Amino acid sequence: MQTGKELIPHLFRTEYSKITAVLTKLFGFEHVEIAEDIASDTFLLAAETWGIKGLPDSPVAWLYAVAKNRAKDYLKHHKIFSDKVTPGLQNAHNGLYEINIDLSPKNITDSQLQMMFAICHPAIPAEAQIGLSLRILCGFGIEEISDAFLSNKETINKRLFRAKEKLRAEKVKLEFPAPGEIDNRLETVLTTLYLLFNEGYYSVSQNTTLRKDLCLEAMRLNLLLVENEQTNMPKVKALLALMCFHASRFEARTKQNGELIAYDDQDTALWDDELIQQGKLYLNLAAEGTEVSKYHLEAAIAHWHTIKADTTEKWQNILQLYNRLLLIEYSPAAALNRTYALAKADGKDIAIPEAEKLKLEKSHLYFSLLGYLYAEVDDKKAVAHLKTALKLAKSGSDKATIQKSIDKVLQGQR
Amino acid sequence: MTEFLLIFRSTPPTGDAVPSPEQLKEISKPWMDWIGGIAAQDKLSNRGNRLTFGGATVKPGAVTDGPYAEIKEIILGYTIVKADTLGEAVELAKACPVLAVGGNVEVRAIAPMNV
Repeated sequence: MQTGKELIPHLFRTEYSKITAVLTKLFGFEHVEIAEDIASDTFLLAAETWGIKGLPDSPVAWLYAVAKNRAKDYLKHHKIFSDKVTPGLQNAHNGLYEINIDLSPKNITDSQLQMMFAICHPAIPAEAQIGLSLRILCGFGIEEISDAFLSNKETINKRLFRAKEKLRAEKVKLEFPAPGEIDNRLETVLTTLYLLFNEGYYSVSQNTTLRKDLCLEAMRLNLLLVENEQTNMPKVKALLALMCFHASRFEARTKQNGELIAYDDQDTALWDDELIQQGKLYLNLAAEGTEVSKYHLEAAIAHWHTIKADTTEKWQNILQLYNRLLLIEYSPAAALNRTYALAKADGKDIAIPEAEKLKLEKSHLYFSLLGYLYAEVDDKKAVAHLKTALKLAKSGSDKATIQKSIDKVLQGQR
Repeated sequence: MTEFLLIFRSTPPTGDAVPSPEQLKEISKPWMDWIGGIAAQDKLSNRGNRLTFGGATVKPGAVTDGPYAEIKEIILGYTIVKADTLGEAVELAKACPVLAVGGNVEVRAIAPMNV
């Protein structure tokens, strides 16, 4: 009985999204809630039945059989609904009809991919895309999603409800975008996956297990794209490479209490070499075609960071990669990181005036950078900047890190 | 924010020597660092382009070879930045690597047309 209870949450995540995707494809996106309900009911029954009778021989097959029966029941009892949905599948036979609900691996994968395009739709805001992805594509509970976003259940429920309404109004369908449109729609999907990964990687939630799960889900969905011929563009592989490189440092970058360990302080023995090799593989596969996307550049930078040693070559290369990244798209994070790389490559004297020009006065990271740059150059200024950073920082973890930097500078003065 | 066109001019290089990869890297670092620095301030509007040395000049009744029939200097390339004032744009231009090789930067505000 114990094993059953542990197994169910894991199965829920993986199989809930598959069942929901297939049923939504069958019913149409406008009936996505029915698909979700059937999937939820299936798991409810599993929890009740397996608790009493023990685990079936093949839990997944059991789930699929129950889901299929519930879906068929629903179609039979809602004739108008089923007349619209199943004309192609109907096999009139003495007034009864057999509905084939295709839970083959191919249809599951295709349905999930099409669900990704439906959810990562430019008509709804990015945070709604992530929320819906987590709920429908990843099987996360509302509570987990609110924890990830540091929000509450009411807000999340409203957000998801409104998003579904909007998608229904847009008459979104579960289908692959037309060949001419795919590149465009893929941009939105990749942005959502990138943001989803970042939620896990940089989230201030204390729940480290949840954060890791968010990253793993982003990688899983990215892999679905890579494994499909219509969507395996170089930039899709580059994004996966980027995620692999970042994920390789999971074990080394957080303490038990969720506090972040800075890159320079990490124990490289805890870096996952297998993930690094996976990243290199995808980065090599991404090196085709003519497009150098921002994901290519970020992955290349992340690749350099898998080597801890501080060499001129490393930092000159990273500097040029950030230069090129900023040419494609400006972001405060890229601007700050570029300036840090400039300091490492060409020295603080050159980097300080550049940093002063950035004027990102609302960002604690900006003042942390200035603090780092001025340390051992002008300690008084360094401490002043770090104190500003301390005031602007919001999370306990960030404040602790900044305080440590302040202490370090003050100690150096003695 | 106004857009400013930066036009880089210099005397054209003599000879046909093609720079080696190392030389190219040496030449490109100052340019990439300068443009990257502008981009980091979120003041880059368009990276711009280099111009090839060949070309033509079309005048009424005549087409002459290349841009350097009469002038000593040629336009090497252009970039578009954004700034609040001409003074700001000029500050950005002061660090342009073309100045180190005796060239110059013309800074012109772009006057948008209301079409």
